Amino acid sequence: MTHAIEVEGLVKHYGEVKALDGIDLAVPEGTVLALLGPNGAGKTTAVRILTTLLRPDAGRAMVAGIDVLAEPARVRPLIGLSGQSAAVDERLTGRENLVMFGRLYRLDKATATGRAAELLERFGLSDAATRVVQTYSGGMRRRLDLAAALVVSPPVIFLDEPTTGLDPRARADMWEVIAELVAAGSTVLLTTQYLEEADRLADTIAVVDHGRVIAEGTADELKARIGGETLEVVVATDDELPVAQKVLASVSGSEPVVDRHTRRVQVPVGTGVAALVETVRRLADEQVTVLDVALHRPTLDDVFLTLTGHAAEDADSSQPAGTAAEVSS
Amino acid sequence: MIASQIQDGLVLTKRSLLRIPRVPETLMFATIQPILFVFLFAYVFGGAVPIPGGGDYKEFLLPGIFVQTVSFATATTAVGLAEDMSKGLVDRFRSLPIARSAVLVGRTTADLVLNVFIMFVMTICGLLVGWRVHTDAAHVAEAYVLIALLSLAMSWIGALIGMSVRSPEVASSAGIIWLFPVTFVSNAFVPTQHMPGWLRVIAEWNPVSSFCAAARDLFGNPNPFLGDSLPGRHPVAVSWAWLVVLFVVFVPLAVRRYRLATSR
Ligand SMILES: Nc1ncnc2c1ncn2[C@@H]1O[C@H](COP(=O)(O)OP(=O)(O)OP(=O)(O)O)[C@@H](O)[C@H]1O
Ligand SMILES: [Mg+2]
Repeated sequence: MTHAIEVEGLVKHYGEVKALDGIDLAVPEGTVLALLGPNGAGKTTAVRILTTLLRPDAGRAMVAGIDVLAEPARVRPLIGLSGQSAAVDERLTGRENLVMFGRLYRLDKATATGRAAELLERFGLSDAATRVVQTYSGGMRRRLDLAAALVVSPPVIFLDEPTTGLDPRARADMWEVIAELVAAGSTVLLTTQYLEEADRLADTIAVVDHGRVIAEGTADELKARIGGETLEVVVATDDELPVAQKVLASVSGSEPVVDRHTRRVQVPVGTGVAALVETVRRLADEQVTVLDVALHRPTLDDVFLTLTGHAAEDADSSQPAGTAAEVSS
Repeated sequence: MIASQIQDGLVLTKRSLLRIPRVPETLMFATIQPILFVFLFAYVFGGAVPIPGGGDYKEFLLPGIFVQTVSFATATTAVGLAEDMSKGLVDRFRSLPIARSAVLVGRTTADLVLNVFIMFVMTICGLLVGWRVHTDAAHVAEAYVLIALLSLAMSWIGALIGMSVRSPEVASSAGIIWLFPVTFVSNAFVPTQHMPGWLRVIAEWNPVSSFCAAARDLFGNPNPFLGDSLPGRHPVAVSWAWLVVLFVVFVPLAVRRYRLATSR
């Protein structure tokens, strides 16, 4: 399999701060890699290096088969970048912005204009096309910014936190757009702090913390790393708790945890849905009124917590840089 | 290759020009200041400053204000670029397959257009207060071209400043502060004859003085003797030489700065 992005031992230090501390990545053509990490993990730094904006202290980076450090000029026509904060001209209209970027990608006037109209339509900005960007909402800017990265449908696309600041609806739209890009053959590297987003979009997730990749794999692989599923039953009355406890113990073969306050019984299970079905059947036989029953798979939140020792969203953790390395080893 | 590089520059020039009417304040303040200077100096100092060798102060003054005004192109360009930088636009441009000079060419060219417009407004004001030219069209044209090119050269200095300081606020002071001594310690507003000896020497060699003297020469305006030095005797030739020096030094420096620039 050919790789659209290949990174080896990328290092970038800012004085004491190790923004990147030796990152390796390989993104097969036509797939999505999500760099998942908390604030200050080094995601933007990695994107900036791969898009020729920043030179690393050490390491190697290939994009679309071209050495980024040796031949940045040959990489630029092949990439699209939508940075962390929307970088469009506020004093121009949405259309003027897109036409300008099209022209800078060396499209002729007619093509650039046509493409701009297409993108404005695609991103739901047609109505605002002739308004200056200054009057746009944050989400509209974000979408315009992404559109600007796509004027020439580049083979490799870098999206730095593409859905930060978008409402749920706009986020779903953005996900759809990204899925379409990939379906059309583009390779996408995106960064995100949202576990759900990585789960939903990415073929591979690289969890980054303190400038290092501390885990990599599909969402399922990452979840599997921290164990199986949990079966959870909520019953109607306190009297039914012991029965439920007995049933779950016998189905799973291990001792359930009982929360009397919420009348909730939980137990780890190895057989997933089969255990769920079995449990429901047996509880019905015992005439237990079940208010709720669920099979919980570990979330990426759990993964993150387990891997890094801190939650994904808990901003720039004040932990020393060494912690991540210890956890991952 | 060259053609597409020029096109990149033009696309970005157009972008900067589109912005001008959208931020009318910029245009307003850029024009009001020189107009104020014309009227203030003409009427406040008008009678008080004797011109060695005779002549009308207003006729002496106008070329000085032209030169001083276009010098401030430095600040305009510096602020504009620093703004693009702080908004992340420069980063985006740097990730595009465009000429490394295009962003700076676009900005400086647009600022040149702006300054040509300001020169036009100042010419009108000058004519209103009684300034006249007394030479043929060729000389007058040379004077305007010289001043316009000075504006462009000053913009490139501004480009270097803008790319170096990064924040628009700093760019605005860094682009202007040094221009006050540089434009005032010259023959722009008063003949150097009244300055103390050492200051007079500085003023004599100050490129601003050369440009003022050259413009006065070419317009046929009162042009008090600057000194028995090279710039004093051949202000026009020296001004052209200064232009070459400014472009040769600052264009490559600014482009290099752009290539290396990072927004954070
Ligand atoms: N120009 C710079 N000078 C000094 N330190 C920097 C610079 N750029 C980044 N850093 C530091 O490098 C580390 C990684 O920054 P980076 O922007 O890559 O993080 P990130 O993962 O993108 O975070 P966020 O989720 O907040 O965008 C941070 O500690 C940051 O403070
Ligand atoms: Mg970031």
